[in-house]
Amino acid sequence: MKKKLLLVLSVSALFLFTGCGRTDSPNTLTILNYGKYIEPEILEIFEEETGIKVEYEEYITPENMYTKYKAGAIDYDLICTSDYMIEKLIQENEVSEMNYENIPLSKDLDQTYFEFSKSFDPENKYTLPYFFGTVGILYNKDLVDESKVNSWDILWDENYAGQIIMADSVRDSFMVAQKRLGYSLNTTDEDELRAAQELLIQQKPLVYSYLVDEAQDEMIAENAAMAVVYSGEAGYALEFNDKLAFSVPDEGSNMWIDCWFIPGRARHTEHAEKFLNFLCREDIAMMNFEYVYYATPNTRVKESLDPELQNNTTIFPPAKILENCEVLKSLDDEATMKYNLYWKEIKSAD
Amino acid sequence: MRKLKRQLLAGPYILWMTGFILLPIAMVLYYAFTTTGGSFTLLNVSSIAFSVHFKALILSLKLALICTVICLILSYPLAMILNRMKTKSQGFIVFIFILPMWMNFMLRILAWRMLLSNNGIINSLLETLGLPMIDILNTPTAVVFCMVYDFLPFMILPIYNAMARIQPDIIEAAKDLGAGNATIFFKIIVPLTMSGVISGIIMVFVPALTSFAVSDLLGGGKVLLIGNVIEQAFMQEYNWNLGSGLSFVLMIFVIASMALMNSRGDETGAGVW
Repeated sequence: MKKKLLLVLSVSALFLFTGCGRTDSPNTLTILNYGKYIEPEILEIFEEETGIKVEYEEYITPENMYTKYKAGAIDYDLICTSDYMIEKLIQENEVSEMNYENIPLSKDLDQTYFEFSKSFDPENKYTLPYFFGTVGILYNKDLVDESKVNSWDILWDENYAGQIIMADSVRDSFMVAQKRLGYSLNTTDEDELRAAQELLIQQKPLVYSYLVDEAQDEMIAENAAMAVVYSGEAGYALEFNDKLAFSVPDEGSNMWIDCWFIPGRARHTEHAEKFLNFLCREDIAMMNFEYVYYATPNTRVKESLDPELQNNTTIFPPAKILENCEVLKSLDDEATMKYNLYWKEIKSAD
Repeated sequence: MRKLKRQLLAGPYILWMTGFILLPIAMVLYYAFTTTGGSFTLLNVSSIAFSVHFKALILSLKLALICTVICLILSYPLAMILNRMKTKSQGFIVFIFILPMWMNFMLRILAWRMLLSNNGIINSLLETLGLPMIDILNTPTAVVFCMVYDFLPFMILPIYNAMARIQPDIIEAAKDLGAGNATIFFKIIVPLTMSGVISGIIMVFVPALTSFAVSDLLGGGKVLLIGNVIEQAFMQEYNWNLGSGLSFVLMIFVIASMALMNSRGDETGAGVW
């Protein structure tokens, strides 16, 4: 008797977790995006203008996005994420081709960034650039010798022991060491990786902490002298503390592009295209730029900004800097495992 | 019929156990012993022998042990002091100790970040007083410190409860028979509070061993505990098999430490489970 009851209950428990049916209403659009990466009001305007209901979800890192997408509980119609992760998804056949004819306003996006996108979307048929930027050093002018911030070497300078914040993410931290050594940031060469790891282990005693999102707050609070951050975060931090400045070292850095793509399992492709076109509209793109404050590929928006803002090199990296920059490429499983293992060894080093 | 009714009462609990305890454990076990392709492997579990993973496990054990010992040293005398107070003030002091637990655990850790940072509140205070500044944030010291702060109530409460249960008559009888203070302490109070000490140790040691949030936030990413390795495997590397394998090893350590404590408890007639 008891056994039977247990069986019935456990089977019904199973149903509880797997049996939920999926409901689909035709007039919705499900979007997945980084946190704080769109002006929330834009979603309301879109709903008002088109009558399409937007279901909006957020994630923290591209890896989180991948886990969420692969779990398959929700069928997303439109996702925004970074270069190397899109490449991985394209390789896995998870991305639908985009019909640019249905997004006429995409002509306002600067062709340069479609060129950059070719490193992960070789024929420009899957993605629409959203924002882009670089990685560099955010530093405190009172604490740091400004003549030296043009090189990654400063992050190994013993004078700044305990005042350096590194990025708590595998690829970004390796990038710093790889660029300092003059390697590609997509290298999978064993010796080059070991050399980069060696450098990062050497650097560890000087590091105050490894952070991602909190780095800008620590810099604003002046708890550290410099931090490796994304250009957008730097732009945000500069607004709060006048002593801060941003520099992308001459050895080169990572240039990243975040793009929209329509996943293979999307159910409302038309709505997604409508939304993308809407995002490219000048007034909407402007509103969005003012909120997100990252470099926008939208030429109309850029042209209508103050000249001062247009020449702000923190937000809009000049062409000369971009010359030495590389876009992150997706790595195969073996290389990914190597990077992850070497990174853990750095983190557990004394 | 009556028996069936009684069984139905247990229904929600069985449902809960199955859905949230047994099924997840079964899934962890499945992932732990399979590759991404689904074939059997021992590699995920044996990867604990990798120097990085092993080092993280040893560091976790070490910090958890230090944390437990500090909690015990702080709690035992405190429970004795509490027990001697008037009943009314006892309640108040216990309330004070529980009060921080009303606040979210993450918020309290983040508050310590603010307090301990280079230009934080404690350092500015020390600076104005002309005292040397402390520099413990982003070190294992800060991690242990915060774990002690977080888990202390879990040690105090069981010991205090065990102590409150000791009848004053027993102590008086011992005194009548000529026992000195030391004898009373070692022969009566310690054995009778053993059950409280053991549940306290388990309730501090186990969460300290498996913790990853504290080391993440107060270790500044420089203190790699086994919990962090597992979290990274799941969230960053999308390698659920490795994460599960290491979780399995950690589970063995947790169960072993509980069994060890439990056998000690049996001797004094005070098992915890």
